[in-house]
Amino acid sequence: MATEYEAVIGLEVHTELKTKSKIFCSCPTTFGGESNTHVCPVCLGLPGVLPVLNRNVVACAIKAGLALNCDIAEFSKFDRKNYYYPDLPKNFQITQYDLPICYGGYLEIRVKGEKKRIGITRIHMEEDAGKLVHQGETISRSEHTSVDYNRTGVPLLEIVSAPDLRTSEEARLYLEKLKAILEYLDISDFKMEEGSLRCDANISIRPKGSIELGTRTEIKNMNSFRALQRALEYEIQRHIKTLADGKKIIQETRTWDEGKGVTLSLRSKEEAHDYRYFPEPDLPPLVIDRAWVAELRQQQPELPDARQARFIRDYGIPDYDAQILTNSRALADYYEAVCQLYPNPKIISNWVMGELLRCLNAEGLEIIEAKVSPQHLADMLKLMDQGTISGKIAKTVFEEMFRTGQDPARIVKEKNLVQITDEAAIAEIVNQVIQTNPKVVEDYKNGTEKAFGFLVGQVMKQTRGKASPALVNRLLKERIESMA
Amino acid sequence: MANLNQLTVHALQDLLRSGQVSPGEILTDCLSRIEQVENKVKAFITLTPELAKLQAEQAQAFLAAPSAGPQSPLAGIPMALKDNMCTKGVLTSCASKILHNFIPPYDGTMAEKLQQNHAIMVGKLNMDEFAMGSSTENSGFYPTANPWDLNRVPGGSSGGSAAAVAAEEVIFALGSDTGGSIRLPAAFCGVVGLKPTYGRVSRYGLVSYASSLDQIGPLTRDVTDCALVLNAIAGHDPRDATSAPVAVPDYTTFLKPDLKGMKVGIPREYLGAGLDPAVATVIQKAFRQLEELGAICEETSLPHTEYALPAYYLIATAEASSNLARYDGVRYGHRSDTADDIITMFNQTRAEGFGQEVKRRIMLGTYALSSGYYDAYYLKALKVRTLIKQDFDRAFEQYDLLVSPTAPNVAFKFGEKEDPLAMYLTDVCTIPVNLAGLPGISIPCGFAQGMPVGLQMIGRPFAEGTLLQAAYAYEQSTDWHRQKPELGVR
Repeated sequence: MATEYEAVIGLEVHTELKTKSKIFCSCPTTFGGESNTHVCPVCLGLPGVLPVLNRNVVACAIKAGLALNCDIAEFSKFDRKNYYYPDLPKNFQITQYDLPICYGGYLEIRVKGEKKRIGITRIHMEEDAGKLVHQGETISRSEHTSVDYNRTGVPLLEIVSAPDLRTSEEARLYLEKLKAILEYLDISDFKMEEGSLRCDANISIRPKGSIELGTRTEIKNMNSFRALQRALEYEIQRHIKTLADGKKIIQETRTWDEGKGVTLSLRSKEEAHDYRYFPEPDLPPLVIDRAWVAELRQQQPELPDARQARFIRDYGIPDYDAQILTNSRALADYYEAVCQLYPNPKIISNWVMGELLRCLNAEGLEIIEAKVSPQHLADMLKLMDQGTISGKIAKTVFEEMFRTGQDPARIVKEKNLVQITDEAAIAEIVNQVIQTNPKVVEDYKNGTEKAFGFLVGQVMKQTRGKASPALVNRLLKERIESMA
Repeated sequence: MANLNQLTVHALQDLLRSGQVSPGEILTDCLSRIEQVENKVKAFITLTPELAKLQAEQAQAFLAAPSAGPQSPLAGIPMALKDNMCTKGVLTSCASKILHNFIPPYDGTMAEKLQQNHAIMVGKLNMDEFAMGSSTENSGFYPTANPWDLNRVPGGSSGGSAAAVAAEEVIFALGSDTGGSIRLPAAFCGVVGLKPTYGRVSRYGLVSYASSLDQIGPLTRDVTDCALVLNAIAGHDPRDATSAPVAVPDYTTFLKPDLKGMKVGIPREYLGAGLDPAVATVIQKAFRQLEELGAICEETSLPHTEYALPAYYLIATAEASSNLARYDGVRYGHRSDTADDIITMFNQTRAEGFGQEVKRRIMLGTYALSSGYYDAYYLKALKVRTLIKQDFDRAFEQYDLLVSPTAPNVAFKFGEKEDPLAMYLTDVCTIPVNLAGLPGISIPCGFAQGMPVGLQMIGRPFAEGTLLQAAYAYEQSTDWHRQKPELGVR
């Protein structure tokens, strides 16, 4: 029988903090901008400059640490990580090595309905590097390479998980939860496509039940949630196949090739850099004031888990709905705003999770970019309750609101979408439909339920969907029964 | 009347305030002196006479304005900066080929403060490349000569600063001191040199050699000038996180010719083997002079002194190996034009741009930080550093001041110390002071073999005032500081 394996996965997540200025100078952290315009002598590492720590970066790190149940160090320091690369103006990175600001925390994910706690080994602060723009594929195969230092010195948090993840799905759930928490804290945008979030994984496999760890590989360059799950899945299978073929796993760093869907060897353990870490002499050690930590703890906003529980309790919506709605702070805020304006939380949840998310996904938009306001959604639901529009028309109205940002009453009026509730007018159309479709009527009488739906559809077609569905149903049934 | 370039800041200040001379006239005398002697001394890397003339006009206007008062004693005074302090628009080379074309787009804090004080910059001064050396022979361009004997070195690394002041080319200069680089050349050239407490003066704009040891300070003709310049440059700088938020007193208030009751320790380790007997004689005389002035001098001990030099050459080189990594040819400075890939470009740029001593220290420091050696070298050096600090802490429980020779010998001849270790030993009395972050001053205290000898005084952290008091009292009772070099050959 083939051995059954389990994976042991730990993630290192780098996320850019959305402080106004960089970690060691006052340049803006704004993404984009013309190359080398968000720079100054300090972030360019010119001779003679010195770093000065941005206090807000420390505050963000502490907030993240508290939200992830970490201990906040009383004494912390910065270190230099030395390596040569042209995107690194000083040829060393200021980071934290052996005394990170936060350590020993956890977050909870929900795997198949069960809560699972994933350890957070440490969180530390560091500076980002610049960006190389190659003429060719790589620096060695390019005629020339340009470098943009706008990103240099943008503050990063590195959040290192314990090797507590067992599947690629757990890894994805962990990353999603982390994203939600950081978003709730309003300290990071977590945008993978802009490179504001980068994720590396350490992975090994072992026979299920074993407590010894296998040889691990490190995977880099997974730039989306999907890429993370695919890359880990690939790597787990590669490890299993390697062992099944009687070979050994080589400890190495590998890169995920999204196009080919494979991981490729980057460098072996022997080729690993010696970064020659040592304490950054230009920055005094950090002594973290306990009163400050207490203050930040007090200011901590409601986090996803707490909000989810509250949604279930206060709005009476199902677990599933509450989880989806609280996954993003902005979405949850939106939902709650509608709840202030309309009395049925479950109906709101159906619309937010259904139409709103569908439209957003289709357009690739974020909730904050949505033109349809909570007020508009609430008004539309009220129009439905009043019988002014049908549920079907409501979808049309919603799409129009989503597209234009207009209020629903105006859309209904301008597009002439008011529900027809005039019984005589509908009865006339019903008669007409029955007369022109004798075969279908016959089918219905013989028990073909589908046939009835067709007849309803025909009436709706003629009224351009505006007929009250309840009325159409009743009238159709009455007429057909009276025929018999 | 003497030429204006021969005077002190405080003498010129009186003449300027009474309207007897103008900044332009002082500058003219300095520039003609430079023209006259610079080919012998070679104290400068860059001269900025046009800029200086413009600044002299501005200083004139400033002094004429009614707001001008005693707050700006440096207004209208010609000076120069060591070439490792960034000056906007003016070459800042660190005497290195790798920065032979580096024109900073910004002013460091020293350049800024001196401008605010309306001092006049006449140029940038020669030094050992990246401040690594004790003789200025390691300049990537040319060595500077000692004005007392043109065949001898001026000391280093701030050799240009000391020589320019001694040769009366400028009224004062700024230098930097990582292991003795202000005090040693001050001693060798017969001028006053102060290394302030670590954190007393901003390092923003000072091209780093060893960040935890580097400190900027004045080189002047006398102690009063030293206090005046320190007043202008000291203080917390929000751009330097290691600068101390400690209030700056008016240092001139300490200038009293009185040492009554001051307790002075003489560490015996600083008088040990290697001390030139002629220097020892001069120093003993200086100690006796201090006693005559009312000081209570006693021998004491700083037992870990012998480990200071090795610890320094691990800590300083480790920091330097990282600080100097940025000189890679990518953004500024020299770039090798024969490389056709990035790694070769890095390697060749650095091979071509750095001198021997800089390469030696980068390699030492890289080795000290390497995985597997860190604990044995760098970490151990940090522990030694703590022990050395504790030695001083204990001594300062008993004494207000420690005194010693600044160097075990007088200025040596060019090429005399080819062995790097022999050269390193020149700094044996000054290095522990940097490791402990303390203030230290060197003042002229006599001559041996016709060359100046420096007396070093070491104080508690931020006790520059005490140093200046003792130095002033000693100076006022002697006339060593009034001796003038002949710019000849002995």
